[in-house]
Amino acid sequence: MRLWFEVARRSFRRWSTYRLATVAGVITNTVFGYLRAYILIAVAAASTNDLAGWDQTDLVTFAFITQALLAGTGAFGEPELAERVRSGDVVVDLYRPADMQLWWLAAWWGRATYSLLARGLPPVLLGAVAFDLALPPDAASWVAFAISLVLASTIGFGIRFCSNLTAFWLVDNRGLDQLVTLVLTFFGGLLLPVVLFPSWLEAIAWALPFAAMIQLPAEIFMGVYDGPIIGALALQLAWVVILFGLGRLMLTTATRRVVIQGG
Amino acid sequence: MASNLRTYRILVGARIRSDWQYRVSFFFFLVSQTVVTALDLAVILVLFQVVPSLGGWSLEQVAVLYGITTLAFGLGDLFISQVETAARSIREGTFDRYLLRPLPTVLQISASEFALRRIGRSIPAAVVLVIALSSAGVDWTPDRILLLPLTVISGTVIFGAVWVVTSAISFWAVGAQEVANTFTYGGSFAHQYPLHIYGRWVRTILGWIIPMAFVAYVPTVHLLNAANPLGIPTWMAITPPFVALASALVARAVWAAAIRNYQSTGS
Repeated sequence: MRLWFEVARRSFRRWSTYRLATVAGVITNTVFGYLRAYILIAVAAASTNDLAGWDQTDLVTFAFITQALLAGTGAFGEPELAERVRSGDVVVDLYRPADMQLWWLAAWWGRATYSLLARGLPPVLLGAVAFDLALPPDAASWVAFAISLVLASTIGFGIRFCSNLTAFWLVDNRGLDQLVTLVLTFFGGLLLPVVLFPSWLEAIAWALPFAAMIQLPAEIFMGVYDGPIIGALALQLAWVVILFGLGRLMLTTATRRVVIQGG
Repeated sequence: MASNLRTYRILVGARIRSDWQYRVSFFFFLVSQTVVTALDLAVILVLFQVVPSLGGWSLEQVAVLYGITTLAFGLGDLFISQVETAARSIREGTFDRYLLRPLPTVLQISASEFALRRIGRSIPAAVVLVIALSSAGVDWTPDRILLLPLTVISGTVIFGAVWVVTSAISFWAVGAQEVANTFTYGGSFAHQYPLHIYGRWVRTILGWIIPMAFVAYVPTVHLLNAANPLGIPTWMAITPPFVALASALVARAVWAAAIRNYQSTGS
């Protein structure tokens, strides 16, 4: 337990040294938050139906809170593991006397915590300068959001762990990794709230893990989730288990059958 | 000049052949570039399931805006965006080699980092532009027919100039490139929608100071005779080529200043 905490803590510190990249990330996330907010305001103004019961405040909050979730769940991925597979350095990870998947998960949490605080939070605060934002209605909702956030970040890890491990077979998996990012961006709700999708598209979105990573925690934050919160958390947990199992399967298959580069 | 272009062509040809050796990767990237552009369109299509118009513009009108902006951005991305690798070569100390060769630096970087897969961005944009224009009920007067190609070329030059200027900034502040992406990618995203839906500061910065309003919005208002709450006068439809020229000259000056100021990281 101590080990994982130390791995996470060091990962946090490592990422916190890239100060200029952090500032750049804040600017980018803020600008995109504002652009999406204005687009969604224009949607609210022109809409003829009730937009799934979301008012303008909900839509604007969504535009900013998803920027925070983008940072806190590592939605754009982290190719380091794939690069280590390509270079052969992954062999060092494999013969450490600690479980490799948990090692990378701990590092992911460290990075995600830093990213959420330094890159995710400022755009929301800067958004609140110009707009009214919806906040969790009570303490229980804050707790539910915090749990949901941890699960969402772990789903983010599960997706990228699998995607990075494909480098064992593809060697150059960057194209695939980029495709994952695109599908995630759309079906997660980073471009548009999933509730605005036509029903067939919404059904596809909820059959994939991405909506449980972005859309769900955002809905819990705004207090607009339709149903018991415990059900939402259970769905997230199910995705964590599935993706973790898939990652484990890929890892054992890879270590049994694949030759490390440069060996 | 002619020999420069010939050298450029040979270098680009070499890059294309080399990329072609990794065909699976090439197609993955090409498809993902196409998908990323098509996703922006999907967003517009989904939005118009919910609303009949956006800022007073119909689906066809917004699709024309999307088509012109994305095509200009895609072509700029294909030919000019390579300059953003200057930041990396400065950090790695490899930028000096560009200064030693008898070809303008921008051309050299553009050629040596050329990636044909980037054309994936322009494909859906061009297709959508054709379909949207044919269904938007454009009154095809001769000036409008002339306006269209001029607009696309000017838009490409404007985006190219933005890339060169933002990349030149990394000569002074290594690492500033990521902020620059906000303006290139953010700008191309923003201008898929009518400018007037944004708040004043967004319009000022991403529309007029960085003159990306001239890429599509200003000429499109006239081309489509679309809702015009900002009151863009008709004569402004012919300004994009001049704005493009001015942007190119500014970019050239900034880049030249950056090269003069450049000090190698290696020693």
